[in-house]
Amino acid sequence: MTTATVTRVTGTLAEARPLREAGLYELVRVGARGLLGEIIRFKDEVATLQIYEDTTGLAVGAPVIATGAPLTVTLGPGLLGAMLDGVGRPLARLAAASGDFIAPGASAPTLDPARRWAFTATATIGAAMRGGDVLGTVEEQPGFVHRVLVPPGVSGELVALASGDYTVDEPIGRLADGTALTLAQRWPLRRPRPVAERLPADRPVVTGQRVFDLLFPLAEGGAVAVPGGFGTGKTVIEQGLARHADADVVVFVGCGERGNEIAEVVQEFPRLIDPRNGRPVMERTVLVVNTSNMPVVAREASVYLGVTIAEYYRDQGYRVAVMVDSLSRWAEALRDIAARLQEMPGEEGYPTHLASRLGQLYERAGRATAAGAPPRTGAVTLVCAVSPPGGDFSEPVTQASLRVAGGMWALDASLARKRQFPAVDWALSYSLYVDATAAWFSEAAGLDWAAVRTRVLALLQRDAELREIAGLLGHEALQDRDRVVIDVARMLHEHLLGQSAYDPIDAACPVAKTGRMAALAVAALDAALAAVERGATIDELDLPALRRAYVALRAAPPDAIAARAADVERAIAALEVRR
Amino acid sequence: MIAVRTHHGARALIGALAYVEDARGAAMGEVVELRQPGQPPRRGQVIDASDGLTVIQILEEPIGLAPARVAITLTGATAEAPVGRELLGRTLSGVAAPLDDLPPPIGEALRPVWGAPMNPVRRRPPGDFIETGVSAIDGLNTLVRGQKLPVFSGAGLPALELAAQIVEHARAGAGEPFAVVFAAIGITARETRLFVERLRASPARSRTVFYLNEARDPTIEQLMTPRFALAQAEFLAFDAGMHVLVVMADVAHYCETLRQVAAARDEVPGRRGYPGYMYTDLASLFERAGVLHGRPGSLTQLPILTMPDDDITHPVPDLTGYITEGQVVLSRELHGQGVFPPIDVLPSLSRLMNAGIGPGKTAPEHRRWADQLYASYARGREARLMATIVGEAGLSDPDRRALTFAADFERELIGQGHARRTIGETIAVGWRLLAALPRDDLERIDDATWARRPGAAP
Repeated sequence: MTTATVTRVTGTLAEARPLREAGLYELVRVGARGLLGEIIRFKDEVATLQIYEDTTGLAVGAPVIATGAPLTVTLGPGLLGAMLDGVGRPLARLAAASGDFIAPGASAPTLDPARRWAFTATATIGAAMRGGDVLGTVEEQPGFVHRVLVPPGVSGELVALASGDYTVDEPIGRLADGTALTLAQRWPLRRPRPVAERLPADRPVVTGQRVFDLLFPLAEGGAVAVPGGFGTGKTVIEQGLARHADADVVVFVGCGERGNEIAEVVQEFPRLIDPRNGRPVMERTVLVVNTSNMPVVAREASVYLGVTIAEYYRDQGYRVAVMVDSLSRWAEALRDIAARLQEMPGEEGYPTHLASRLGQLYERAGRATAAGAPPRTGAVTLVCAVSPPGGDFSEPVTQASLRVAGGMWALDASLARKRQFPAVDWALSYSLYVDATAAWFSEAAGLDWAAVRTRVLALLQRDAELREIAGLLGHEALQDRDRVVIDVARMLHEHLLGQSAYDPIDAACPVAKTGRMAALAVAALDAALAAVERGATIDELDLPALRRAYVALRAAPPDAIAARAADVERAIAALEVRR
Repeated sequence: MIAVRTHHGARALIGALAYVEDARGAAMGEVVELRQPGQPPRRGQVIDASDGLTVIQILEEPIGLAPARVAITLTGATAEAPVGRELLGRTLSGVAAPLDDLPPPIGEALRPVWGAPMNPVRRRPPGDFIETGVSAIDGLNTLVRGQKLPVFSGAGLPALELAAQIVEHARAGAGEPFAVVFAAIGITARETRLFVERLRASPARSRTVFYLNEARDPTIEQLMTPRFALAQAEFLAFDAGMHVLVVMADVAHYCETLRQVAAARDEVPGRRGYPGYMYTDLASLFERAGVLHGRPGSLTQLPILTMPDDDITHPVPDLTGYITEGQVVLSRELHGQGVFPPIDVLPSLSRLMNAGIGPGKTAPEHRRWADQLYASYARGREARLMATIVGEAGLSDPDRRALTFAADFERELIGQGHARRTIGETIAVGWRLLAALPRDDLERIDDATWARRPGAAP
């Protein structure tokens, strides 16, 4: 350890001297309270430190201790269900130590050092181990098998390994060279964890949101950006995915956002039951929380922390979804730090390395064969909310995201103002995973997913054109066959693409129901157009009855879907009865 | 931090910043006193501590300060605010000096004005309905305890009047202790008088603390005013167990001062010259709202900000909207029509509404009722826009009905005037308006809810 003294403090940055022996990105403890910081620049004798905590009261002349290691996170059993701050401190134990308000300099290990885990050894003594090999298992949550791995870069002959109850720090075994093996391992969070082979996306992560599953699917191992102005529903979408997405593990990174929303998640997730295994959603969730008033530098780290934890579970062979809310706050932290370093600003004051950092981050998503034996496949899927200033998507964070993301779910303020949620701008949004996931969806829904999707998009397109004409020439200018299109499209907007996050049934829609609803909307359009073709006027069509049946289908619980869908079919067949 | 040290002379004085050489042991945020013969004493704080040049932000008017003659004392302390129940009823300056001819407040404690972030796991999710008596808020953008809900106003729109009405009318539960903290940030004497005098005449007076920094007062003090007010509010809420409503006006002035300081320090400007850290800075104010597990009080914020040129995408409202839990947006058009309060409900939003409404809180059918009103009104507004191009005759029948509905909605539900409405009255007005539409137009209302509405045939 090297020591030095503070020569300058300004905002979240400090300078210290001399720190010649220390390395870039090495962790430091600053001042009497031991504030956590990181060395981000050396110039002559002076090291620039970014401090992860509030610097008020930090004085020139205070001591600085370099710890000899970069910012790392301890990975091991006990992460699931945990709530961590941006640098990996468990918030519940921080509260136990420092009360309702977070005091600077507080520290607590990421994983509970006292808790003992029942470890079952599976590796064979005498075997040659490499990084990523499975040593054994721990039941981390009821029914969830945590695979204990040889840390990346470590290899050798296994000379000792025993089942038993261990804390995360106690040796469970040893390699021939004396390397002790433990349940936990440390990993520097800015560095991607290695994999054996990266794989292409071939199946979706089902979101339960009709507009996404049908029109803009999310692939396992994919990455999408969700840009939207304030109040367009980014957080509701991110939280909805955290609740309902069919992933094994969910990492939710609340990056620079609202404390009250986090409080809601903290209260709700332990009570919310995952229908697939009957267990609380919280048991598969890791929350990384750095609210907007918590130190800005830790906000920058929080996203890396979340992704590193996700990669760790991917390496165990799990499908992990990471929700980041919001990436713009992360980018702003970069900007804040760069500005204090007086770096030459790029666009909108963001540092010129913004795009490359964003690219590196998005590239940590992916499906992969994990390193080590036995063979395992896992995935990290990334969904990043972006908060463009003024809702203007031409800004740097949105644009840099789009260059590397595989999809965009663009949110539109005018839809949000009408309370049409999710407020997805279908014309602007896209997904590059449509083709890769269509076969899976078709199989799951029992219909030709791609064909239905194409028809729905065509209907939306035609509706937009017609409404533009009506806006210029008046509704009178439209013929009945055009009015039918507008009428059915309205139903589609409100009840197929629209979905209530607060209604217990509507909040998550099964794939089969989404497909059925979309196909029925298309069938309704065809029937109505055929009737008009045969000479019926729009007033003679019982479109209100159709809409009522469709609304009832939307509200149908799983056991009533078939019956309500049959009602819609009958309403379609009876469209012409109103005379 | 070390003891008091005094330096004679400043290396430079630039605007409200003083540069001091070799200020040994200066600490970030350290409180500084500046004295000079023949001049009033001034206060400042360290914003850049260095063994070279230390930068001090002077909180009071710097006119007359002379670099060669000023004595600069580093006090060894960071800024603290006197807080306590005895401050209720007092009128103080933006940094808690008395303005009411009473002695300086001593309070029950001294608290760091910068506050510490609440641990998110200790927060209780807000969910207790506050009845403001304003239909557009109670019915459509419900406020709950612990929320931060700003009013986005425009120049000349009655935002403070609305805030005063809410403060007068807002009812806490029976017998629950209730307090108001008002932080005036660079507003005019006329605006202050409007608000302060209405409150002084009301029973709310004895449970209100005023922190006044008016336009004529030192601008840098504006950066401290909301923090002094919030330190007091936190004490009342979390130590004294009261339900505290904090009204801050005007956040736009605060942001301009932030920009002014950033420019003086040659910082890299962000959008429209505002500093890149403005989001984080505003968050350090707004995130001090909330409720905590195991503590009875609550801290609710009603910040007021004037949107320059009524532009909601301007950095000040934009960044505010990203931090707060919604916004109440005032409309020049409605104001022009004499509608009070002139709230445009379409861009308005309360993110915590769902937690505060429903059975046992407001009305069981509140969600669907509000959804339908929004849908019908939004359709009416769209139709109104279309009618300006193609004429009313060019509209479809449902659009024509929605057009009429929108006018009635603005006049009757939004334009309640200065009277107080209970939530029950608000819901009843909404149902009456909806009943004028055919059942088929009300897609957000299911049959069960429709049958249960007040006045439905049994």
